[in-house]
Amino acid sequence: MSFDVIIIGAGIIGAACAHALAQKGLKVLVLDAHLGGATNAGMGHLVLMDDNPAELTLSNASLAQWREWAPRMGDACGFNHCGTLWIAADAEEMNAAEEKLARLQAHDVPCELLDARALAGAEPALRPGLAGALKVSNDSMVYAPNAARWLLSQAPDWVTVEVQTVSAIEGTRVRLADGSQRSAGAVLLAAGIQSTRFCPELPIRPKKGHIAITDRYPGIIHHQLVELGYIKSSHHSTGPSVAFNLQPRPTGQLMIGSSRQFDTTDPAVEPAMLARMLRRAVDYLPGLDDLTVIRSWTGFRAATPDSLPLIGRHPTREGLWLAAGHEGLGVTTAPGTAQLLAAQMTGSVPPFDPAPYLPSRFQEAA
Amino acid sequence: MSAATPIEFTLDGQSVRVPIGTSLAAALAVRRPGCARTSVSGQARAPLCGMGICQECRVLVDGKRRLACQTLCQNGMTVDTGTRTGHQG
Repeated sequence: MSFDVIIIGAGIIGAACAHALAQKGLKVLVLDAHLGGATNAGMGHLVLMDDNPAELTLSNASLAQWREWAPRMGDACGFNHCGTLWIAADAEEMNAAEEKLARLQAHDVPCELLDARALAGAEPALRPGLAGALKVSNDSMVYAPNAARWLLSQAPDWVTVEVQTVSAIEGTRVRLADGSQRSAGAVLLAAGIQSTRFCPELPIRPKKGHIAITDRYPGIIHHQLVELGYIKSSHHSTGPSVAFNLQPRPTGQLMIGSSRQFDTTDPAVEPAMLARMLRRAVDYLPGLDDLTVIRSWTGFRAATPDSLPLIGRHPTREGLWLAAGHEGLGVTTAPGTAQLLAAQMTGSVPPFDPAPYLPSRFQEAA
Repeated sequence: MSAATPIEFTLDGQSVRVPIGTSLAAALAVRRPGCARTSVSGQARAPLCGMGICQECRVLVDGKRRLACQTLCQNGMTVDTGTRTGHQG
């Protein structure tokens, strides 16, 4: 069988790209080594992020696509229109909430400010004395591993998936660990933090995160709750940090995040980091300390220096394309990434300006 | 440890007598089919690892979530597995 594109990585990015390329009429072979990347480890929070205009454009376009897919995805994908409450602890963070409100409303994003009283009414389990929150209504959640499988299954005549470990990319030919090889018109690398195995020059660093999940306690919270300090702690520091991030699963379980650490590739759960993260969560939601955590695990985000993904041609390697480096936002931004990439690979008009995400931006700066 | 003075407690509404020092997981195993809880998809679950790791033996002890394998049977306690009442433990 001959293929137009070989995609390395069947996580949410590779799956969304396979889906988009198949819609353009291309034959796609997806190779996955079953290493289990960020798609399997994360929360699956579909969240509009606006730290910079490019991030807002990419996540906004992506969320529109998720909403369009949602009715067709099936229960196993766990799409849940929960909305996000960005929690402001004090007056300073309330100012940040108001600024965020203005930015989002300028892009017609449905959102509203909740004062202290409205927040206490919406989420009575939160600690008293919080200043308020910004409610972003269209944010949602999805069970990302099943969403990836769903995307890969939509065009079986166009998308073939093989469990294979890739050992090398040679032009538009891919050498496999079992000694065989596959070739196609082009190769797309969508392997998250594993992408640097094949392209050590890519500016992608693993950023470790912890997650814990509780037993089933339905009805304690109703939205995904994220502290506004998250923005500070996630981007303005390089040392280990934690932030309150709590998600109500459809099962009644609570998924508790989040932590960030560079400079480690050890997947072990670190008790000190987990404890710090849980203390932060209990600080915001005091009743959590009476609940039972049944699992905790870690994962690695594929972080880039400017926190934007690499989407487009490899700057120097002919026939190689990139869709990687989505940090903690890959589930959210997979659809927009796939739209951009499919347009570039087929020479059609991209849905929005691809320039901020082009991998060549790092080469030009160097 | 002596079996001379048995422990008596309530398991899913029924009185149960076990020797002193019996773990709640052992007490569950005596009562067929030995289930501790019902999974989110409605499947029966029973103690597996016996050392507090797998979380399969979650039960309600006097209204609180506990692991049966890490709990000693005590006189007068009330245990609810939900496997007979529909409670999702």
